[in-house]
Amino acid sequence: MALLDVTNLSISFGGLRAVDDFNMTIEKGELYGLIGPNGAGKTTVFNLLTGVYKPNEGKIKLDGEDITRKNTIEINHAGIARTFQNIRLFKQMSVIDNVKVGLSERFKYSTLEGILHVGRYKKVEKQIDDEAMRLLKVFDLDGERDTLASNLPYGKQRKLEIVRAMATDPKLLLLDEPAAGMNPNETKELMETIALVRKEFEMTILLIEHDMKLVSGICEKLTVLNFGKVLCQGETKEVLSNPEVIKAYLGE
Amino acid sequence: MRIDKKTKDNLITYGIVVATFLIVQALASTGNLTNHIKGLLVPMTYYAIIAVALNLCVGILGELSIGHCGFMCIGAFTSAAFSKITADKIPSGPRFLIAFVIGIAFAALFGFLIGIPVLRLKGDYLAIVTLAFGEIIKNVINAFYIGVDSTGMHFSMENQMALNLEKDGEMVINGAMGVTGTPHDASFTIGIVMLLVSLVVVLNLINSRDGRAIMAIRDNYIAAEASGINVTRYKMLAFTISAAIAGAAGVLYSHNITTLTASSQYFGYNASIMILVYVVLGGIGNIRGSVVAACILYLLPELLRGLNKYRMLIYSIVLIVMMIVNWSPKVIEWRKKTFANFGIKKKV
Repeated sequence: MALLDVTNLSISFGGLRAVDDFNMTIEKGELYGLIGPNGAGKTTVFNLLTGVYKPNEGKIKLDGEDITRKNTIEINHAGIARTFQNIRLFKQMSVIDNVKVGLSERFKYSTLEGILHVGRYKKVEKQIDDEAMRLLKVFDLDGERDTLASNLPYGKQRKLEIVRAMATDPKLLLLDEPAAGMNPNETKELMETIALVRKEFEMTILLIEHDMKLVSGICEKLTVLNFGKVLCQGETKEVLSNPEVIKAYLGE
Repeated sequence: MRIDKKTKDNLITYGIVVATFLIVQALASTGNLTNHIKGLLVPMTYYAIIAVALNLCVGILGELSIGHCGFMCIGAFTSAAFSKITADKIPSGPRFLIAFVIGIAFAALFGFLIGIPVLRLKGDYLAIVTLAFGEIIKNVINAFYIGVDSTGMHFSMENQMALNLEKDGEMVINGAMGVTGTPHDASFTIGIVMLLVSLVVVLNLINSRDGRAIMAIRDNYIAAEASGINVTRYKMLAFTISAAIAGAAGVLYSHNITTLTASSQYFGYNASIMILVYVVLGGIGNIRGSVVAACILYLLPELLRGLNKYRMLIYSIVLIVMMIVNWSPKVIEWRKKTFANFGIKKKV
């Protein structure tokens, strides 16, 4: 069974059909790319998948569970985590606290225990601390645990956003233009980070990207969107040599 | 056991409060405090408490509320009414404890109810609506007439006559005249204990998963939601706790004076702004700063009374200087260096 199964997904804003009859199937462990010209509806698809928008038609199934009408919070609990096109970190909080926020729905104690620091507080906080440190070590950010998130260099901010998303223990990770604004060195590091996520966590990833070097380098399958419609779908090599894709997006 | 930085910071805050208490007690017992200063001690504690409450709302939750004196007002009136009714029936110790529970519970209840519409708004709009609610609370209480007699409780919103009290009846809340004859239960010691309790609640909250969720919402609520944080729940939680602590300040306030009226001077818009000034100058999000700023800025104009017409001039200069010391990057840098020379690492 496919991990993510999207069928006939559509949404209109007024008279504009931003996403029209969108179908996509992602198998467990795949690295899937979503590409297309500006305004094609890529981020709208992400927002539909994460419950920011509710679709007019269609169905989204994650691991067999119907998540079409659920809100952002429920969808996160169901197992989809995401990063954002423009970085959205908790800027005034330390690096480790950013990760701990991601962990807070997995390791729980009541508000009263939190206020009085009694009961499960000590034990669970220790678990949270250990888990956060383990994640930071995996991504080589443990040296910056107490740095304010806003003081991190750009590449590491992107990385921290991925760590925070991974902290929610997702089944599917959505990356919205992770290489946006990066120089070639930072992009190379990002590719290593994505490879690390796949190796360490056997994660299924769906990413939006404009950097064709990154897309052709790591994605196994692609969907090309144009004016809200699927233009082409399939193995990366085949898709990138499709004449229609070249005409609409890559340029002749 | 390794004490981490946050725990150490919190211990310093508690230490400052306890040390201040001990110094003041020592001065008082050796007869070095005038009656004027002694009279300022309890107000100092309740202003520090409400500054802590407001900092939870403004600094940690990130929502600018300028109606917090309204919650203080609710705590003051509900607890004063209770204490007055039961003045002869319950000994003062347990009575004051119950008064606290009642004042805090009612302030929390109203914080919760007002939070439902208010927390849907953002920024300036939220500030304006909290301001309106603060004024509404004050004005509604000014129209309350409550009395008790042998047949039970009487309530009216017209005038004292409409209550139809029997001869032995007693007014509890008399409209704009407020509550008179509340037992004088508050003391500096109780004020300090309450301040410590509210500090423990707020600082512990900040260092828990709930606190991190609240701060995450402040920094970026879209990302918080995408991380599975229930934004509405945590906003309501922080706002309600903040209102409850403001209510505790109100209980201290009403049990420190004989005549409690819902006047603009103490519960109006200006009073709320004054507390916001304590919070901003102490450092938004810096709980210890709020306590220190509230104490200094409350005491200063009172102690300068002798200087008469220069009083407010000096007060405003102090405000400007505190602003620079707390916020200017250059001064913060200089402060760090100087403290480092003394071997003290100062958190900014």
